[in-house]
Amino acid sequence: MTVAALAPYEFASRDRLENFHGKQLVYVWWEKHRMFSRPFVVALTPATPFRRLFEDYISTYAWHPDWPHIVWDQVIWQNGDEVFTPDFDASLAQNGIGHKDLIRFSTPGLDGIAGTGY
Amino acid sequence: MDMKVDKKLGLKERYALMTRDLAWETTYQPMDKVFPQVTYEGIKIHDWNAWEDPFRLTMDAYWKYQAEKERKLYAILDAFNQNNGHLSVTDARYINVLKLFLGSTPPLELMAARGFTNVGRHMVGAGPRVACLMQAVDEYRHFQTQVHSISNYNKYYNGMNEFAHQQSRMWYLSDGKSFFDDAITAGPFEFMVAIGFAFEYVLTNILFVPFISGAAYNGDMAAMTVGFSAQSDEARHMTLGLECIKFMLEQDPDNLPIVQRWIDKWTWRGTRKLASVGMMMDYMLPKRIMSFKEAWEMYFEQNGAALFNDLARYGVKVPKCFVQTVAEKEHVTHQSWIGFYMKPDSTPFHTWIPEKDELDWLSEKYPNTFDKYYRPVLEHFDAQEKSGNRFNNKTAPMNCQVCISTIKFNDPDDPMKTLIRSKTYKGEKFHFCSLHCEEIFDAEPEKYIQAYISSHQVLQGNCAPEGVDTTAPDFEPGAHIAAYWRLDKAATGDFNGSEDQANFAAWRRQATSN
Amino acid sequence: MTANAFIAFQKNEESRAIVEAIVEDNPGAIVVEQPAMVKVDVPGRLVIRRATVEDKIGRSFDLQELQIHLITISGHLDETDDEFSLSWLS
Repeated sequence: MTVAALAPYEFASRDRLENFHGKQLVYVWWEKHRMFSRPFVVALTPATPFRRLFEDYISTYAWHPDWPHIVWDQVIWQNGDEVFTPDFDASLAQNGIGHKDLIRFSTPGLDGIAGTGY
Repeated sequence: MDMKVDKKLGLKERYALMTRDLAWETTYQPMDKVFPQVTYEGIKIHDWNAWEDPFRLTMDAYWKYQAEKERKLYAILDAFNQNNGHLSVTDARYINVLKLFLGSTPPLELMAARGFTNVGRHMVGAGPRVACLMQAVDEYRHFQTQVHSISNYNKYYNGMNEFAHQQSRMWYLSDGKSFFDDAITAGPFEFMVAIGFAFEYVLTNILFVPFISGAAYNGDMAAMTVGFSAQSDEARHMTLGLECIKFMLEQDPDNLPIVQRWIDKWTWRGTRKLASVGMMMDYMLPKRIMSFKEAWEMYFEQNGAALFNDLARYGVKVPKCFVQTVAEKEHVTHQSWIGFYMKPDSTPFHTWIPEKDELDWLSEKYPNTFDKYYRPVLEHFDAQEKSGNRFNNKTAPMNCQVCISTIKFNDPDDPMKTLIRSKTYKGEKFHFCSLHCEEIFDAEPEKYIQAYISSHQVLQGNCAPEGVDTTAPDFEPGAHIAAYWRLDKAATGDFNGSEDQANFAAWRRQATSN
Repeated sequence: MTANAFIAFQKNEESRAIVEAIVEDNPGAIVVEQPAMVKVDVPGRLVIRRATVEDKIGRSFDLQELQIHLITISGHLDETDDEFSLSWLS
């Protein structure tokens, strides 16, 4: 549907890729660890290695007591709803991660504080 | 000139003379040129005279009663201040609910005033025009009295002085701003459904009535009088909203699907906005009057059901989101408090973990969810804080493209899972907190792709204070955010150890000893 | 089941008289006292009669004075010089 209006109603998206000066947005969420309240967002160049996303940003989840118990080769990674296996040494672009993609990971057996999902 | 109205006239005659008779058909220009905005939304009106204000309040009576309300209000405020009333509140933590409430509401009142000024200009009939004029003046009054209230508390407590600057910049204020921006950029009829009906009639009872009664319960006479004085206007606002719905539905059957879409949309947008109000009731009032869940049941489920059963004769259905709101009433306030608690550097008010007796109260009020999902994590936060490891999530949030809430609400089918819905529109991804927000987007994507999402603005380099070169190679987008927000450091952080906590204790000692 | 029409007032001496009048004129009225406010629910239709309020308050009373003490209402409103009513049609 379109916006009912008295005049032509066309506007560019406020968060389109070109507004980030060579970077793109990536969102990250650790499933069933809701003490972090919501996914976080960072802006990185498409050439950024996935390892940097992991070491500089995803690692902030280490505050959670479940973090040291993660068995990393059992972690299920998803880009949106699609399961994928990230290549840590490849770039975001090479891992198929585009602007405003949501990277989520699940850690089987770890369901947050006292199994609450938090 | 002093207008003398014959006192012997009855209310109906007086209303006809002082309202209906003030309107005229234009002759120099055709009516549709003078009132260009009332047709493009698709609402068909055949007889504007069918709209009558059931209060039959005329402007002369309006000024008389409003003046009386103002005299009462300011007499109480003066007495409160002369008596150091701020020290008689239950607990210094209470002040933080004022920081959040008074810091976020006045700019929204101002937007409501602008909206009703605009709608009052564009509605054709004298009935709605006069009622909109009164409501516009009311909203300015609420704005003004709330700012005066801020001024009183701002003399003693941190974090209240930059509310106007922060309104259009700060992350957690973006949802309320978006709500009113969405309404005011809609046509006049949608604005009336948004603010007059969904917000005032269906939801404002929860916003104001139990919350303000709670302020009284916590000894805050100033917030109580400001709140109830504003609320005394709301009965009129609610009536205007309901009259507008009935008027549209009675004028033409083609109006029903449009009105239904607006009711669905705005009831949901209002519900999302209320999550933080519920949090104030459950977490920020030291003495609690009723839980958010109880307020939701009393004012939304029971009262709302009566309203929608009544409107069923026009073919109106209960808002689509009704079932989801009933499920969410057990969760949203806890999720909101965790969302604020984990950002101690990013709000001009303090957060804390409730005391044990308060946690027990929450367990009792939320028997289905609190112990199962929320109490363990709050106790974990508490233990960490006491061992010097206070939770501080320094990352930037992901927000819903429509309601601008942070994406923190659970999947209605699984409280352990966060619901995130995503879609691609014109090659770009967009994310939503709920199916309802996604449907609002689908109806008007061109509107919502313009949404102001604070964290994205930071990452675009748009949130630096003056004098900072955002094009410099070493520019760090997040480094200047506190300065950009004009966030007073003393106002941030946990309540425990805050300057407010220490000052309040010292002043209360002075007030009760020699 | 008939839904309740309701009205709430700030608690003060005038609203005390108004609530007494409502209770007298509306069999089945349920009065709920909350901090600083009072709420009255009546199944189906709630009416406030000027004459009864005047009797309770001991002076002449204009029903529009209710504006000063009102907190909230529920139901379709109709107001004349003599009666203020809130009702659900279904």
